[in-house]
Amino acid sequence: MTPPAHSLLKSDDRTRRRRASEARFRACGLAAIGIAALALAVLLTSVLANGAGAFRQTYIKLQIPLPEASLDKAGQRDPAAMAKVSTFGYAALLHAALLDRIAALQIETELADQDVAAMISKEAAATLRDHVLANPHLIGGMAAMDVLAAGRIDGYFKGRVTLKSAAMDGNTSPQALQLARKLADADVIETRFNWRFLTAPDASDQRPEAAGLGVAMLGSLYMMLVVLALALPVGVAASIYLEEFAPRSRISDLIEVNISNLAAVPSIVFGILGLAVFINFAGMRQSSPLVGGLVLTLMTLPTIIISTRAALKSVPPSIRDAALALGASRMQAVFHHVLPLAAPGILTGTILGLAQALGETAPLLLIGMVAFVRDYPVAYSDTAGLFGDAATALPVQVFNWTQRADPGFAERASGAIITLLVFLAVMNTAAILLRRRFERRW
Amino acid sequence: MKDIDVIERSRAGARQKISARNVQVRYGHTAAIKNVSVDIAADTVTAFIGPSGCGKSTFLRCLNRMNDTIDTCRVTGEIRIDDEDIHDPKVDPVQLRAKVGMVFQKPNPFAKSIYDNVAYGPKIHGLARTKAELGDIVKVALEKAALWDEVKDRLDSPGTGLSGGQQQRLCIARAIATAPQVLLMDEPCSALDPIATAQIEELIHDLRRNYCVVIVTHSMQQAARISQKTAFFHLGSLVEYGDTDQVFTAPRDSRTESYITGRIG
Repeated sequence: MTPPAHSLLKSDDRTRRRRASEARFRACGLAAIGIAALALAVLLTSVLANGAGAFRQTYIKLQIPLPEASLDKAGQRDPAAMAKVSTFGYAALLHAALLDRIAALQIETELADQDVAAMISKEAAATLRDHVLANPHLIGGMAAMDVLAAGRIDGYFKGRVTLKSAAMDGNTSPQALQLARKLADADVIETRFNWRFLTAPDASDQRPEAAGLGVAMLGSLYMMLVVLALALPVGVAASIYLEEFAPRSRISDLIEVNISNLAAVPSIVFGILGLAVFINFAGMRQSSPLVGGLVLTLMTLPTIIISTRAALKSVPPSIRDAALALGASRMQAVFHHVLPLAAPGILTGTILGLAQALGETAPLLLIGMVAFVRDYPVAYSDTAGLFGDAATALPVQVFNWTQRADPGFAERASGAIITLLVFLAVMNTAAILLRRRFERRW
Repeated sequence: MKDIDVIERSRAGARQKISARNVQVRYGHTAAIKNVSVDIAADTVTAFIGPSGCGKSTFLRCLNRMNDTIDTCRVTGEIRIDDEDIHDPKVDPVQLRAKVGMVFQKPNPFAKSIYDNVAYGPKIHGLARTKAELGDIVKVALEKAALWDEVKDRLDSPGTGLSGGQQQRLCIARAIATAPQVLLMDEPCSALDPIATAQIEELIHDLRRNYCVVIVTHSMQQAARISQKTAFFHLGSLVEYGDTDQVFTAPRDSRTESYITGRIG
């Protein structure tokens, strides 16, 4: 038997070319994924390497004498009289306590007394003062306290500051670092997990060691509550109307196009809008989570509307027909049958919209959320109203810290980015889990 | 069999359920139905046959105003059910559709339990005062749809988990649970295998006693098997309408003859 003219065992030129082009395309795809994975890896490594230090903090363990003579001369424990002693008074006590400790441990140092004092954070005196004012019974005795070490000392134990860099640094000296090392060996200085970073408010330019995300996280939380309370109902209602009720007309087409356009508007434009409308025209308070939340609501609405409409569209029309043919009204068909099936998609869209809002910086800069805020905002107060208290937000805090001179703030900024990323990861995971949970019903 | 049909026909002749006059349907600028007038009898199975795109499904959807849900669709002419104009402004399509049930080409159960699928119609129309009453309605509807024995032990499991034929019978049970007087069926067997088709046909045969059934079908054998009246549609017009026996054995119009002998369509 003669072999067939076109043997299946031998591929012809055309087939070979098709195979080759397919192989090329696969290689391109793999390369693209490789680049993306590499970029992600580099980003995560750099952020983690820079920011991990923010979650550890160096403390000096001190026994601080609290003499009545200098803290409460009258001896009445009258809060107003005690408050007259400023942080300078307390700073002196801290310095004395540290010098005593060094002397007691018989550690030799060439450092001048004021340079030893500079090893304690300037924030420590304020912390001690607050502690004593809150616990007046301590006066006359000793207070055992772990006080913050200064930023450079903290940096030394995290590897940011070295003996070499300290020699050229006006804020510290190699001798100070050596003394710190000896104190650490004597278990007076300790580096441990930094809860303060997650709870404390921001601190001034010279005190990176004291800066925390407390106010920023509260501000972000309040804004997310405002966004959720406004964007979800408004967005879902708008989508349901447009998708299920609105007659196809030139006006509804125009609305549709403009919602898509709105999604593409640069976020800073929403900031200008918020400044003009909510603050200048409506007279709401600057820096308040309410205004921030309103601006982010406007920004998130198109995202939620688009994803909700997509979710509604993906429900097969046969379900609507079935409900309508049974004599359900349009609203019953939507709320009993279409909406439950679209819910996973709507939820996912909403959470992704919220995640986008959580990471948004530009519009918040324009409405004053970049301000330096030390006081925790309260959710409601008689003077400021609901969510009217000044606050900052997580991404704005990152922006803020990266602008400061002290290298300690670079570490804090990376730490804040890690915190933000953790929140975003949690929200995205929640979106996936909710989606699975709702879909598993059938 | 012949005798029964004669009796049926005489009864049907005595009581018209639906009467349509000069019905026209346009989708935008395209005419889908041109001037159709037809009387449909109660307690009868009426089959609409014709080639694809001839307008038989469109006409069927006029009878419960499902065409209202399509934005571009315009229906003119008069359709009366029990001598009431269904396009009267006072008529709420919600009530009309409770009276005129519909079963679709593809089974479309709700993503709910079997029980909830059937109970949904009675619930929204307030047909049951107590839970027990609702349970009875569901049971009777499933029994009529010949599905009860297969699902009575798993009423809580999802309706979408049934087989295609069971799903379609579930949709029929769902439609008859609202106690309609007319049942419209749009090619109910086109997605089913011959066994499921036979079950549904048997069901339609039983339903005839209590309902006015209008069925659109592509299968002429099916039309011949289950219907007493047949209407042949072609290019949006009603070409021939008469007793099924007569339409299939002695068609009056040459187009009908061509279609049933397989020359057009």
